[in-house]
Amino acid sequence: MSANPPLFQPEQLLRLQRWRLLKDKLARHGIAVGGLGVIFAIVLIFFYLFYVVFPLFIPASVERQEGYTLPGGGGASLHLALDELNELGVRYTETGEAVYFRVADGEVVERYQTAIGKVATLDTEGVIGRLTALADERGQALLVHHGFRVTYPDDVRTVLPRFEYPYGEKPLTVDDEGSVLRLLELRDGEERMTIAAMTADERLLLNTFAKESSFLNEDEVTLERSVTQLEGVDIDVQFLLVDPGQRHLYAAAANGELLHYDISDPDEIHLIERLHLLAEGTRLTSLKFLLGGYALLAGGSDGSVTQWFPVRDAHNVSTLQSIRSFHDQDAAVVDIAPEHRRKGFLVADGKGRVGIYHATAQRTVLIENVADEPLSLVVISPRGDYMLAEGESGRMYRYRIHNQHPEISWHSLWEKVHYEGYAEAEYIWQSSSADNDFEPKFSLTPLSFGTLKAAFYAMLFAVPLAILGAIYTAYFMAPGMRTIVKPTIEIMEALPTVILGFLAGLWLAPFIESYLPGIFALLLLLPLGVLAFSYFWQQLPRQIRMLVPEGWEAVLMIPVILFLVWLSIALSIPLEQVLFGGDMRAWLYNDLGIGFDQRNSLVVGLAMGFAVIPTIFSITEDAIFGVPKHLTFGSLALGASRWQTLSRVVILTASPGIFSAVMIGLGRAVGETMIVLMATGNTPVMDMNIFQGMRTLSANIAVEMPESEVASTHYRVLFLAALVLFMFTFVFNTLAELIRHRLRKKYSSL
Amino acid sequence: MRVNLKKWFHDGDAWVWLNAAALSVSLLMVVGLLLLIAVRGLGHFWAKPVHEFDYRESDTQVLRLIGEIHDEERVLAEQLRAAGMEVASDEEMVTRYLFKTGNRDVGGLDFRWVLDERIEARRHPESLTVLERREWGNFYGYVRAVKEQGKVVAEGESAWPELQRRLERVGNIYSQIQKIQKDEIGAINYRMERLRLKGRKMELEGDNTPQALAAIAAERAELDASYQVLQKQLNELYSRVQRDSVAVEVMDGQLVELPMDKVVRAYRPNAMSFFDKLAFYLEKVWEFVSDDPREANTEGGIFPAIFGTVMMVILMSIIVTPFGVIAAVYLREYAKQGPVTRLIRIAVNNLAGVPSIVYGVFGLGFFVYFLGGNIDALFFPEADPAPTFGTPGILWAALTLALLTLPVVIVATEEGLSRIPSSIREGSLALGATKIETLWRTILPMASPAMMTGLILAVARAAGEVAPLMLVGVVKLAPSLPLDGNFPFMHLERKFMHLGFHIYDVGFQSPNVEAARPLVYATALLLVVIIVALNLAAIAIRNHLREKYRALEH
Repeated sequence: MSANPPLFQPEQLLRLQRWRLLKDKLARHGIAVGGLGVIFAIVLIFFYLFYVVFPLFIPASVERQEGYTLPGGGGASLHLALDELNELGVRYTETGEAVYFRVADGEVVERYQTAIGKVATLDTEGVIGRLTALADERGQALLVHHGFRVTYPDDVRTVLPRFEYPYGEKPLTVDDEGSVLRLLELRDGEERMTIAAMTADERLLLNTFAKESSFLNEDEVTLERSVTQLEGVDIDVQFLLVDPGQRHLYAAAANGELLHYDISDPDEIHLIERLHLLAEGTRLTSLKFLLGGYALLAGGSDGSVTQWFPVRDAHNVSTLQSIRSFHDQDAAVVDIAPEHRRKGFLVADGKGRVGIYHATAQRTVLIENVADEPLSLVVISPRGDYMLAEGESGRMYRYRIHNQHPEISWHSLWEKVHYEGYAEAEYIWQSSSADNDFEPKFSLTPLSFGTLKAAFYAMLFAVPLAILGAIYTAYFMAPGMRTIVKPTIEIMEALPTVILGFLAGLWLAPFIESYLPGIFALLLLLPLGVLAFSYFWQQLPRQIRMLVPEGWEAVLMIPVILFLVWLSIALSIPLEQVLFGGDMRAWLYNDLGIGFDQRNSLVVGLAMGFAVIPTIFSITEDAIFGVPKHLTFGSLALGASRWQTLSRVVILTASPGIFSAVMIGLGRAVGETMIVLMATGNTPVMDMNIFQGMRTLSANIAVEMPESEVASTHYRVLFLAALVLFMFTFVFNTLAELIRHRLRKKYSSL
Repeated sequence: MRVNLKKWFHDGDAWVWLNAAALSVSLLMVVGLLLLIAVRGLGHFWAKPVHEFDYRESDTQVLRLIGEIHDEERVLAEQLRAAGMEVASDEEMVTRYLFKTGNRDVGGLDFRWVLDERIEARRHPESLTVLERREWGNFYGYVRAVKEQGKVVAEGESAWPELQRRLERVGNIYSQIQKIQKDEIGAINYRMERLRLKGRKMELEGDNTPQALAAIAAERAELDASYQVLQKQLNELYSRVQRDSVAVEVMDGQLVELPMDKVVRAYRPNAMSFFDKLAFYLEKVWEFVSDDPREANTEGGIFPAIFGTVMMVILMSIIVTPFGVIAAVYLREYAKQGPVTRLIRIAVNNLAGVPSIVYGVFGLGFFVYFLGGNIDALFFPEADPAPTFGTPGILWAALTLALLTLPVVIVATEEGLSRIPSSIREGSLALGATKIETLWRTILPMASPAMMTGLILAVARAAGEVAPLMLVGVVKLAPSLPLDGNFPFMHLERKFMHLGFHIYDVGFQSPNVEAARPLVYATALLLVVIIVALNLAAIAIRNHLREKYRALEH
């Protein structure tokens, strides 16, 4: 101790004092920063979710870049295309030239003169096709392929033209009579190629080229031609389309009249239907396929675009139906450019405007004034981020497009949408598929419905059990028993949901399937049996009744319940035989038309109810136990029975607390993932049937999130689902919490 | 005493009984569930008897069936008849067994239904042997001969002891092979990969001088050389391990030859005494908790899953405890109490109710793709395009769960702090201690049991949580543990296995659910035991704490 005098030296003491104060100050700030940091981190969750979802709702924009006169000259372009990286473009001229030019400045990179000196008409295959047929004036067509190749000389990415003649440099004969071809439609498939053509003397010819690859060289293909002339073409055909499967041919006239042929067998072509695409008085000015070649887009002289696609009717016959129309431009549509990877399209009109639309979302994304002159052509890049438009004066307008998520709209997320291939508008969630032409179906309605359905059945099971049990625990139970019951319920709360889900899926579901009548018998037997037994118990002599003191009734009930459960299960099979002809599932299906899945809402309700019971139980118990005792005493003193006091005084006082317990329980049921994932089939059906499964928002996230591509629409929609869940539970919990707060205040004032 | 029914209802005693029944139902469900898991989980490891049945497959055909009874049920004879089966018995109900015949590679199916009434004879010969294999599940039959390189060395009665002896030898060699393959060759591969990354990094940074490249090449050559040595050793071990085989007669009389390196163990359950079975049981339990899984996780042990769960939980605790405590201390001791702190408290409370999957989504988007992606771009450009931290891993899983359990720790700590009487704070301050000194020397030590409770509850929650982990780092089969002998020993970027996910994956995603089910029950039991134990500990600490403060208050 003698070596420790500094405490008594004033300046040292002062230093120590200062050091202590500094430490205190440092700690104060450190803890404040740390504490606020943690709270900030929590808030971050909300903002991050919002940050990821936000781009879904950013409106699209376009960015004008300087235009130029048509590269390479030679009159208006017949067709325009861009490469993947928006570096090179190619245009076909009337003189049969393919001119490759740099998109940035319009400088001609390369020109290829085909054997056709004057092009009568031309058609490019499909939406994203690179194969083009050029028709000359002698009834022949030349097939060319305009492509691009990317090379890396000196590590610099360079895009170069690649122009080929996949079926030889000699034109193919399309019309044996050699008349001028007025219209051409080309479709190329694995096994055959179709070229439909309209001649100047109004014959509609269908050329089918069967492909045969030679034995030695897979790439060497010989074409076997057969030609048919279609009968009964009594309209002035201006538009010709053949679908990718080469089964349907559409021929339309300027007045909007359309002939729909079945050409699946070239020897037996027949007219399926004849209809008007547009309203009376509107002229058809453009007709194109949407991506996938299933839906037709009909542009009218009034600036409207109507989407049609074949819908199967009750007799399994596909006829065209008008699905939806857009009318946001007021000048005649001159060209429609479908996107290459989405169900969107661009529409150029006669007043120099271009509109960006999305078909599935039924959304007009943007209308942009591109030029002061009428446009003649518009093209969108493969990635949908660039656009070229050609004006009538021969000027090229360039735009960069920022349009990340056109497929999202209120309509596509929450309303019934008529998807391609479906008979009617429906709510469907189907986010991905292997097919490039796939139409993503992002309806959150079935998922939200499934979430609420699961929560509903869980609450149906949990609320009565939890609240009744909590009332008993808080109000009637002997203190000795409470010390056992409360930890048991806490253990129940802590059980991992993966275990509940596993048992529900692998044990409970098959069990319920085999003892279905027993389960329903139990629903009826349990309350009746309990009442009967307790009434009987009341009649017993006092000595026996005193064996189970007041407040221990629950223990007495255990053997009774076990017996009732055993009885119901034992009765199950006899009941099934007597009432349901031996098989209740078959009976449900045949007599009531109710389908039965093994993993259904009943299983989910039971398992998730089990998970929710402890939550509701603890909060309810708290609320009832917290009711000031003098209220109870007052009521009892006035001669009310235990139950009367409880139901007229205690519960009324505690009801806000019980309400908030139910809300918190609901919040938990809504967000629960593993149980629904394991105990249902996870099919997104819209059906309140208790014997059918569902797909919930949370299970959907768990299943699809790992496979979803970062920053894609799908990824953001899943984040939106998470945000919806977050908001839902947060709002519910906050409300419940506020109610409890007020309740506590009320208790303390009582 | 006669009680009037009407009055009985009117007074509401009926309701009291109903309430009691509701509680009993809840309690019974909990107990029943725990019992169900315990019975099924524990029963899995017990050596079951192997039966030999003469089974009348049809009127003309009697089959010999060998296997274990996996399940038993009573069904309506009517239903079976409707399914096109002939049922002779006049009774309404018949008993049928789910019979595990094993030998998946011989018979195609390893389970079949067997009708009790058609079993004409039942035998339990002691010489019936079960061979547990590394692939294709169990094998049942009579051991007829032991062969060495195709030549019979023991037959008949002497085959069994010979088989045991040789299996032990094979087991030893096999564990050597495992050691070389997993540890030594694994280490070499790991170092090779690091060398490759080093070279790539030099290239990116432009200091790929000839000397440096030569050094790398030399090191690589050295590794290659030691790899060759190991490979030679391995080949030799392989030829040794493949020396022996055993010929087994299966139920249709066929003699099947099994290479011994594919057999884990052989036993004769019908010949085992109770204590033999007990020893066998313990051996199996030990294998379960200490071994790697086999056969797409449906057999063998779950050691990697236990290890992954524990390590993730420890990491999470390290992260969550300081932050949770600091936040609670700030809220309770430093922040000015008012509507703002009340709001924060409510918000923190509510976060405990936010669905865990939402945390998973946040973890995947923010930690994995945003933080991890940026870390990769900054520190691991050489590994590009393969992500290092920009992919789900144990660190991100721990962080996500730390965020998820933060409210639990904050709430528990705050409760502990609020229970400490203000007289203690005032006393300390009055003696001249600064606030931090008061906090550090008196308040925090007194609140430590509360923090402990919070932490235990957090651990219990984290150990059972699966949904967020599916997004941020759990896999069905991790090739290597996140902790091993290769520098830097702790591999936080690696994916890991988890007990809860194991249950989901094996129970729902595996091709042979029926065979895997017992193992899933055992895994579930382990998880439940861990979690219930943790919770009971938390409850005990809390009760103890209450007593302590009750004493303080007076």
